[in-house]
Amino acid sequence: MSTAFSAAKFSTQPFSTISHDSPLVFAKPTSQFFGSTRKLRLTSSSKFNLSRRSGTVVAVSDYVKQKTSKSTTSLLITKEEGLELYEDMVFGRAFEDMCAQMYYRGKMFGFVHLYNGQEAVSTGFIKLLKQQDSVVSTYRDHVHALSKGVPARAVMSELFGKTTGCCRGQGGSMHMFSREHNLLGGFAFIGEGIPIATGAAFTSKYKREVLKEADCDHVTLAFFGDGTCNNGQFFECLNMAALWKLPIVFVVENNLWAIGMSHSRATSDPQIYKKGPAFGMPGIHVDGMDVLKVREVAKEAIGRARRGEGPTLVECETYRFRGHSLADPDELRDPAEKDHYAARDPIRALKKYLIENSLASEAELKAIDKKIDEVVEDAVEFADESPIPARSQLLENVFADPRGFGIGPDGRYRCEDPKFTEGTARV
Amino acid sequence: MAAIFQGVGAAEALSSSPFNSFDSNKSIFSPRRSFSVRKGASFAVVRSDGTVNLNLKGRRAQQLISNAVATKADSAAASSSSKPGHELLLFEALQEGLEEEMDRDPHVCVMGEDVGHYGGSYKVTKGLAKKFGDLRVLDTPIAENSFTGMGIGAAMTGLRPVIEGMNMGFLLLAFNQISNNCGMLHYTSGGQFTIPIVIRGPGGVGRQLGAEHSQRLESYFQSIPGIQMVACSTPYNAKGLMKAAIRSENPVILFEHVLLYNLKERIPDEDYICNLEEAEMVRPGEHVTILTYSRMRYHVMQAAKTLVNKGYDPEVIDIRSLKPFDLYTIGNSVKKTHRVLIVEECMRTGGIGASLTAAITENFNDYLDAPIMCLSSQDVPTPYAGTLEEVTVVQPPQIVTAVEQLCQ
Repeated sequence: MSTAFSAAKFSTQPFSTISHDSPLVFAKPTSQFFGSTRKLRLTSSSKFNLSRRSGTVVAVSDYVKQKTSKSTTSLLITKEEGLELYEDMVFGRAFEDMCAQMYYRGKMFGFVHLYNGQEAVSTGFIKLLKQQDSVVSTYRDHVHALSKGVPARAVMSELFGKTTGCCRGQGGSMHMFSREHNLLGGFAFIGEGIPIATGAAFTSKYKREVLKEADCDHVTLAFFGDGTCNNGQFFECLNMAALWKLPIVFVVENNLWAIGMSHSRATSDPQIYKKGPAFGMPGIHVDGMDVLKVREVAKEAIGRARRGEGPTLVECETYRFRGHSLADPDELRDPAEKDHYAARDPIRALKKYLIENSLASEAELKAIDKKIDEVVEDAVEFADESPIPARSQLLENVFADPRGFGIGPDGRYRCEDPKFTEGTARV
Repeated sequence: MAAIFQGVGAAEALSSSPFNSFDSNKSIFSPRRSFSVRKGASFAVVRSDGTVNLNLKGRRAQQLISNAVATKADSAAASSSSKPGHELLLFEALQEGLEEEMDRDPHVCVMGEDVGHYGGSYKVTKGLAKKFGDLRVLDTPIAENSFTGMGIGAAMTGLRPVIEGMNMGFLLLAFNQISNNCGMLHYTSGGQFTIPIVIRGPGGVGRQLGAEHSQRLESYFQSIPGIQMVACSTPYNAKGLMKAAIRSENPVILFEHVLLYNLKERIPDEDYICNLEEAEMVRPGEHVTILTYSRMRYHVMQAAKTLVNKGYDPEVIDIRSLKPFDLYTIGNSVKKTHRVLIVEECMRTGGIGASLTAAITENFNDYLDAPIMCLSSQDVPTPYAGTLEEVTVVQPPQIVTAVEQLCQ
C-alpha cells in the first residue's frame, strides 16, 4: 500500500471528484511533499501554474521516491495503534453527540460548536504528541481537549459550568484549558490562538537555545479553520514562525464553511496550503477524512518541527456533519455535499480498514464502542452531580497575584478584605 | 512645553512644610521629592527628601513587601544607608532595571520592534542584544497584534517577556491580544495559566509628533479586567516600577512618556523596587490635594511653585498606579485637605481622571468641601502646530487658576 500523501488535490470545487472508493490507497504519489522548500519540482499532474518564485509551492520528496513498494502487506499501523485511533475517534464522536443531547435538555448553554466529522484531524495529529507538547485550538475544541488527554469528566463539567470543570466553570465550551495536558485553549475569536501557539513554540526554542535545556524539543500544534486563513494574525504568524524556525505545525481544518460563508466565496485563492511556501515553509494538502493519511503527514510535520527544521502548514480537507454551532440551522449547505462527505465518515473508513486488514474484529470494535459509551455516560453523571461554583469564586482568578486589585481606602489590600473571599467585595 | 521645575528657592519653601504632616507610618520608603531644573539645553536635577535639611539622604532601599502598609517607618535604616547612588537619565534607569532583571532571571526576555540591534527607538534596550543575544532581545517584524500574542503565549509557557510598543499608540493594533488574552486567560483557564508579561512603551503628547504618535491611551486600556497599569515619572520610580512589573505575576502595562526620557536623577545603587499598587507623595501639603501622574507631575510642580508664592500649600500626589488606584494614600490626603484637583494628560471623556473622580466621590464624598475638579487634555486628536499642541494639554497657569478656584 502506498504510503504517499494525499493525491494532489488542486480542485477548486468544494468537493473533489477524485475517487475515494478506497480512501486509504493511492495509485500514484502525485502529490507534493515537503522535504526541502528549496527544490522546485513541477509534477505533471499539477494543474496549476506553480509559483513564480523558486523553491516554493511544492517539492516532490525523496521520501516518496523511496517508497516504491506498493505491497499491500505493508500496513500503516499496528493493531494497538489502530485500536487507539479508533477509540479516540469514537470517543470524540460520542462525546459530541452527548453534548448535543445535553444542550437540548438545557444542561449547557451558550455557543457550543461540535466537531462531528472532523475527528480524523484531531486524532491523526494529537495522538502523535507527547504530554509536554502543546495544542492550541479554537472554539471547536472539545475533541482536541479529549485527544490531548483531558478527562471527559473535566470537559463535561466545564460545559455544564460546574466548579469541577477543567477551568473551574469559568471558561465554558469555547475556552478549554489544561496546564497538565498543555492545552493552551480554547479561543472564541478566530485567529487569536495562533499567536499564542507561536509563543509556545518560541518558548520551546528559547528553552533549548537560551536556557540550554538541550533535550527540549516540544512541538506546538495550532488548529484553526479555513475562515481564519484570511485573517491577519494567520499571515503574521506564518512569517514569524518561518523566520525563526519555530517548532510549530499550523493545521488548517478546512471544512469549507465559515458559519454560512463558503470558503470559495471568501478567499481569492482557496488553496490554503499554497500560502505556506509564500512564507518559506512547506505547504501540504491532505484528505482530512482519512485518519491514516493525516497521521502520516502529521508524523513528518511534527518530526520536522522536533528536529528544528521549522514550521509546516498542513491543510486538511474535512467536513463538519453538523452546523457551525448548535444554534446554526445549517440551511445553506447543499445536501448533496453533506451526503458526499457523510459517505467518507472517518470512523467508518477506519473501521473498514481495520477489519479488512485483520487488525481487529467486529467484536473488539463493538467493545470499544460500548466502553466509550460508558465513559461518556459517567462523565455526564459526574458533571450532573458536581457543585455549581460558589459566589466566592467570582473574584478568585482575575489576577495571579490578587494584590492587583489594589489598596482599599482602609489601607489594606482589597484581597485581604473578608468580603473579597465571599465574592461580595467591590473592587 | 518642557517640564520646567522647581528652583532651589522653592525647594526651601517646600521643605518648610512640616515633615510630620506626611503620615510616616504609611511610607515604607523615605518620602522624596524630585525636581528638575532645566538650564538651557541640558537637564540638571535638584533633589531633596522629606527631612528638613536638603541633604541627599535616606534613600532607603525599598523592600519587597507583602502587605500594603508597613507598621512603622524604619527611620534608623533610613538615615544610615546614605549611599551616594549614581546619576542617570530616565531611559538609562529603565534600561538598568531591565538589565538587572534579565541578569537575575534567565526567563526574562524582550520582544519588540527595533529593540535588538537598533537598541530601541528611545534607547531603553541599548546594548542588551549584544549582551544577551538575539533570541532574548528579539527584533520582531512589524506585527504588533501577533508578537504581543506571541509574548502572551510565551508567558503562558514559562517565560517572562517584556513587550515594547515602539509608541504606545501602536499597541492599539495589539488591543485584541491585550484585551482578549492578556487580561482574560488567567481567569478563563480557571487560574491554570499565569501571564507575567510587561507591556511598555512611550506614550503621551510629545513635541509636535502629530496626532497618531501623540495618543494618550491609558483610558482605552483601563477597563480591561485582569491587567494592572502603572505610569512612571522619575528615573527612580521608572527603574523601580520596571523591576516590580517584571517580577509581578500579573500582566502589567507600564506607561512611559516621550518627553521624560531625558530626566536626570540620582538613584540608589542597591536593588530596590517600587510597589505597583502604591501612589507616591511628591509634596505634602494642607490646602488642596492635587492628583497627577506622568508628565503632568512636572506641570503641577511648576504650578506649585507659583501657588506657594501666592500662599497656598498644595499636596501633590503622583498616583503612579493607574489601575488599581491607591485609595489609601489618596483617601488620607482627601481627609486632610478636603479639596481635590486631578491633573492628567488623558482625555476628558472616559479618562483616568474620570474614573478617579468617580472613585473618590464614591468613597470619600463626606470629606469633600468642594466638587472635585479635573483638568484633562482636550478631547481632540493632538494637532501638529505647536501653539495648538500646547493648549491641548494642561498648562501650569490653568492649574494655578483651578487651585485658586477650589480654595475660595
